[in-house]
Amino acid sequence: MLSSAIIVFREVIEAGIIIGIVLAVTRGVHWRVPMVLAGLAIGVAGSLVVATFAGGISAALAGAGQEIFNSLLLGTAVCMLIWHNVWMASHGRELACEMRQLGSEVVTGKRSLWALAIVIAIAVLREGSEVVLFMYGIAVSETASAAELLAGGLTGFALGASLSALTYWGLVTIPARYLFSVTGWLITFLAAGMAAQAVTYLAQAGIVTALGDIVWDTSAILPDSVLLGRILHALLGYVDQPTGLQLVAYLGTVAVMVGLSHLIARPQQPKRLVAGA
Amino acid sequence: MTQFRRGLRSAGLMTTYSAVLAVSLLVLSLVSQPALAQETVEISISNHRFQPAEVKVPAGKPLVLIVKNLDASAEEFESKVLKIEKVIAGKSEARINVRPLTPGRYKFYGEFHEATAQGVLIVE
Repeated sequence: MLSSAIIVFREVIEAGIIIGIVLAVTRGVHWRVPMVLAGLAIGVAGSLVVATFAGGISAALAGAGQEIFNSLLLGTAVCMLIWHNVWMASHGRELACEMRQLGSEVVTGKRSLWALAIVIAIAVLREGSEVVLFMYGIAVSETASAAELLAGGLTGFALGASLSALTYWGLVTIPARYLFSVTGWLITFLAAGMAAQAVTYLAQAGIVTALGDIVWDTSAILPDSVLLGRILHALLGYVDQPTGLQLVAYLGTVAVMVGLSHLIARPQQPKRLVAGA
Repeated sequence: MTQFRRGLRSAGLMTTYSAVLAVSLLVLSLVSQPALAQETVEISISNHRFQPAEVKVPAGKPLVLIVKNLDASAEEFESKVLKIEKVIAGKSEARINVRPLTPGRYKFYGEFHEATAQGVLIVE
């Protein structure tokens, strides 16, 4: 039971943290809970489908199906996160203003809610399909009873959910003034980490072979297999043995996101001047 | 003033375009040309153990690992040093590309059954 709880927890860490961040980013937005739940539901349904066809996906595209599928999913999530940050760069100031003026947390803007829902769906799908395969494997082959398996799985999920809650409560204690810049950076690192993982899959598929050597090794100081390492991996994209390719993808994504946000951020309130005239 | 700003913005957009272009070119240049002669190695998994658990391969050649999972349960074939992470459904096999390696020992394991599924690639 304990081992299945640990494995399930390990698999849901990333999705858990992402859900926590999304809930914090969208605090006060109407429809955020249904959107997050929709993302979650699509992810769960998707992971059942993916797990069912795991063999087929793996064998597709000359055996590189799983890698290409994963890198496409991660690539899509990265695009959604970039889009979210760009959206926030162009509307964030108004939003922060609105929040202060109304003196409440209710913001009617739709924001990039759907983009974030897609990110949740992808994170849940990617990790959920592994959980399904793992649990199914135990169910068919091992002596562990169904009750034990269920208990282990549920414990793992509960731990994952508490990580979501922890992330959320940690973030919402940040004053509204700083919240958007903190979450903006978090989302930038999240996207960069995903991009670095996406290129690893491309390398594994044999599509990208350059810069495959490991640049540094901090596994003796902080292995990314322990809890703290895994959390930092999910939050910031921490990898204890990054390849050159991963570094290029990571830094490239950060540069693109920071660059775009700076360019798109509107010049200070031209609208208000017009309104006042 | 407004025009000045607009000018600034379009200059900014140009920079973005060239940045995007540069990144795409970089990505294209990283995409590989036809692979060199490959070495193929077969490993099977049964009772959550690798068979063979130690595999000797030559250095400097790209490898293809064919991992056959003979168990009914899924396994996640993983290696941190080799940068591999691949789920292999029960009763199925996976093909994994490995970059050319320098001599040394490279550990791999099955994440779903880490206690028993341990193996090492010995590159000479």
